[in-house]
Amino acid sequence: MPHEPDDRTDAEVCRVHFGGRTLTAQPGLSVAAALVREGITSWRSTRRAGGPRGLFCGIGVCYDCLITVDGHPDQRACLVAVRDGMRLEDGRCPEDDRGTGPDDGVRPDAAVGSRETGHGGGSGDAVK
Amino acid sequence: MRSSDVLTADVAVVGAGPAGLAAAGEAAAAGLDVVVVDAGARPGGQYWRHGPGAEGPAPGTHGRGTFSTLRAGLGRHGVRLVCGHQVWQAGRHDDGFVLRLRPVHDFPHDDAVERVSARRLIVCTGGYDRQLPVPGWDLPGVMAAGGAQALLKEYGTVPGQRVVVAGTGPFLVAVAAGLAEAGARVVAVCEANAPVRGWLRRPLAALGEPAKAVEAVRYAAALARHRVPYRTRTAVTRVHGDDSVRAVDLTALDHDGRPREATRTTVPADLVALGWGFTPSLDLLLTLGAATRLDGDGSLVVRVDDGQRTTVPGLYAAGETTGIAGATQAVREGLLSGLAVTADLGRAGRTGDGVDAGPSRSRRAARLRSGVRRGRRFAEALHAACPVPAGWTAWLAGDTVVCRCEEVPFAAVCHAVRELGAEDPRTVKMLARPGMGMCQGRVCGFATALITRHLTGHPSTAEALSAFGKRPLAAPVTLAELAASDDRTAPRTAPWS
Repeated sequence: MPHEPDDRTDAEVCRVHFGGRTLTAQPGLSVAAALVREGITSWRSTRRAGGPRGLFCGIGVCYDCLITVDGHPDQRACLVAVRDGMRLEDGRCPEDDRGTGPDDGVRPDAAVGSRETGHGGGSGDAVK
Repeated sequence: MRSSDVLTADVAVVGAGPAGLAAAGEAAAAGLDVVVVDAGARPGGQYWRHGPGAEGPAPGTHGRGTFSTLRAGLGRHGVRLVCGHQVWQAGRHDDGFVLRLRPVHDFPHDDAVERVSARRLIVCTGGYDRQLPVPGWDLPGVMAAGGAQALLKEYGTVPGQRVVVAGTGPFLVAVAAGLAEAGARVVAVCEANAPVRGWLRRPLAALGEPAKAVEAVRYAAALARHRVPYRTRTAVTRVHGDDSVRAVDLTALDHDGRPREATRTTVPADLVALGWGFTPSLDLLLTLGAATRLDGDGSLVVRVDDGQRTTVPGLYAAGETTGIAGATQAVREGLLSGLAVTADLGRAGRTGDGVDAGPSRSRRAARLRSGVRRGRRFAEALHAACPVPAGWTAWLAGDTVVCRCEEVPFAAVCHAVRELGAEDPRTVKMLARPGMGMCQGRVCGFATALITRHLTGHPSTAEALSAFGKRPLAAPVTLAELAASDDRTAPRTAPWS
């Protein structure tokens, strides 16, 4: 099964850096599970109201739990497994080149590199 | 591109839950070359979700033995399993299908698969919790009921200490029982409908699904053991808190499902698990043009024949995408789709490899079809017993967030309908932006359709829901990935044209 990831790692615990803290987590935990086990329930703020967000659907559907992992913005904390030495930050990266899947023809800007990730660079207001 | 980046198979199966594992095993046992793709780290889907290092779902999990049998069958028949990948686009190609994949995260991935080509495609993408907005539901500590259960099943983590589980349907009981057994204090299970005590007893068995009755009795016993109050005709009508959940309002509902203000009580809590049934994940099926219908629970589902064939030649669907009906039904449909794809590709089918040797293929298919009909009746009865309360919009305030991604308040949806003249959910989406964010309306699509119906008086139609639910790109991709994609398999209508 070459494509089934191996859950085991050499480390017995992973050290994960978040918000100036170093957390320990069992290998194989998701980033979200590792944070929640430490009592951390939110790790980003929304781009309009600035409200705190954390885990909601828990299964990769809602994109509420976005977090920057080792410099990669907008990773779903519920789907990414912790690794030793991982650095987690509230994701803000205005120069990201990602667009969402454009929805059925109503957003001409979605394909030209605007950022639609819900926070940070926020292009939503620029949509005509 | 390395050769391992592109996989070719007779049959591609999307989703490694109950339906997908059954479909893949059946097709592979007949000698077909099968690839299964799943976003999870391990096979099992939501129902058989289990933790790193575990062989399978926890002891006591319903159908655990079925999982083990199916899982072992995949290995024995050489099914290739691609975990940790999402399909972001599905297209027709010559006589078959091409799936474009990406890992579920953006880190370098040694075993990344970019493409799967297959002559036949079986979509078993399951579903996720359906949600109704409520004031304060965007606070951390409010979760989908399935999300709270997933965290528990996979990581043994309970994301709160004082829990309220609310919404409708028997799934709430399963979630609450799990959380209580794991040590959380479940201060209330709020079921918006009344007849729940009914399904905790005979009617389940009477409907021909005795295993479901056993499961329900076990959950009910767990709730009783932990003294969890079970409140019918009651809903969470507001969530209080500043940076996270502090308390919830519980309010009894009248016969129209409207909150009876005089009954409102406020209960301290730090976790609220909400679920109003499930929404099937139809992205790939809609993109490929499969015909749909509205199911009894108001969900858009895909039409299939008695071999799980959709209206698109070569495309099959099994499990929740054909109507929310649970894991037992999903396994039956998965097996049926595997039998059908085997027949359609002209394979003789299994000749008996121990486990399923015996009945002929046609007898097996007939038995499965009869089971599917029974499962459908059971699901219809549950859907009828657990509707979304008609008057639910009465608990919305003007500033209640409807679309969590784009932070669209209820007032903006009202404005789009009343002032701007929107008459259907898609126009509401264009004018007020619910469903325009990262999740592409997966979370708010159902509620937006209900709110639009409530405001306009026009009933929801399959066409309206389909227009809201079309997602030509099923996952966010980078422009580089989009640019590198082959035009021939792009959606027929460019999404930004």
